[in-house]
Amino acid sequence: MTKIDTSRPESVLPTPSHTVGPFYGYALPFPGGGDIAPVGHPDTITVQGYVYDGEGNPLPDALVELWGPGPDGRVPTTDGSMRRDPSTGGHLGRNGVQFTGWGRIQTDADGHWYARTLRPGARGRSAPYLSVCVFARGLLVHLFTRIYLPGDRAALAADPLLAGLAEERRDTLIAQDGGDGTYRFDIRLQGEGETVFLEFR
Amino acid sequence: MALTQQDIDQEIAAERAAYGKRIADGAPVEHQPRRDYAPYRSSVLRHPKQPPVAIDVAQDPELVELFSPAFGERDITEIDNDLTRHHRGEPIGERITVSGRLLDRDGRPVRGQLVEIWQANSAGRYAHRREQHDAPLDPNFTGVGRTLTDDSGHYRFTTVQPGPYPWRNHVNAWRPAHIHFSVFGSAFTQRLVTQMYFPNDPLFPYDPILQSVTDDAARQRLIATYDHGLSVPEFSLGYHWDLVLDGPNATWIEEGR
Ligand SMILES: [Fe+3]
Repeated sequence: MTKIDTSRPESVLPTPSHTVGPFYGYALPFPGGGDIAPVGHPDTITVQGYVYDGEGNPLPDALVELWGPGPDGRVPTTDGSMRRDPSTGGHLGRNGVQFTGWGRIQTDADGHWYARTLRPGARGRSAPYLSVCVFARGLLVHLFTRIYLPGDRAALAADPLLAGLAEERRDTLIAQDGGDGTYRFDIRLQGEGETVFLEFR
Repeated sequence: MALTQQDIDQEIAAERAAYGKRIADGAPVEHQPRRDYAPYRSSVLRHPKQPPVAIDVAQDPELVELFSPAFGERDITEIDNDLTRHHRGEPIGERITVSGRLLDRDGRPVRGQLVEIWQANSAGRYAHRREQHDAPLDPNFTGVGRTLTDDSGHYRFTTVQPGPYPWRNHVNAWRPAHIHFSVFGSAFTQRLVTQMYFPNDPLFPYDPILQSVTDDAARQRLIATYDHGLSVPEFSLGYHWDLVLDGPNATWIEEGR
């Protein structure tokens, strides 16, 4: 069953997802996982927020992955997000120079996460956004969402995803400007103010 | 009142019956678990109530989600895929070799992408600060591995057989032995985190996480096959497990790497 016969398309069926569970903490997060921006880059932004459950309690065991283009809108093709030391096996982390566009952050005991990355540029017909993938104990299939940055009203109004949403739902995808290049983006998994989650087809 | 295995068994049976009815009524096969699966209690407050908003990727080939983060040789070290060599001594347990292919829905190999695994030791204990199960830690086993898929999409790990472990979903809840997998595809839409199981585990019917995949054939795809050809003489037993990534990818974009 688990040797997939690729000669018959009807047998190439997807592997089901499972929860990341509670015990990934020593396996998936890595030092500097949220320090995506090259050191001292002028287009650096800080995004931060909380992940909440259906009762409004923060999740101390959620994992957030961010993926976005550079300020010029180009998709990075650079590896090295989790660079390792070949002699000790330890984590060297990013080299501080190259931009990989991808980061991984575990929420802390308060359910808070943050990342420093580069301000995403626009691509295609979309307003600029960061792609977000959320994992947690209790979440059998991860959730995709997007962080849009406030400011350019025309671009946000023309965005094909945002344009199709009712206003209060739309607002769950737009970060709040905290000044000085900082943005707040909370993720509500369930209930009042539930974040809009996405399904790609 | 404490939740018993019998309570959970009844809920699992009810979910299966509901799925059977959906299929009989003409609904499509469900390859993925539903996020709202009450027998797994942690899902109750952590699943969205609103349906996901669909994005038709054919409308815009520029979506950043149609591309994937890149990983390379400098993100791993040579022995990262041999979990028996991460400490000075040999870990306790039955050594196993786990290998297979990472494929997309068209059956094409996903090349050069990151595969991460983590697991309990042979006694069923994670090397994790929050793990409360009092089975022994193994000073020679951390249970974390990484590798990149090769040009034919193959990955390979050497590790030890993980033990089953108790958890607190209900009274006497035990997880069947499993290895957690995290994989990337050629598009971020194909991202997958899942768990691989071992054949013929008697705990399968009692586990609400495995049973959250209510489709029988889909659930079977989470179970590795014993593969004598992968067994290494005088060293390890071999298991084969292929992964097929769901989600659209940018089929019209030339692979740059
Ligand atoms: Fe586990």
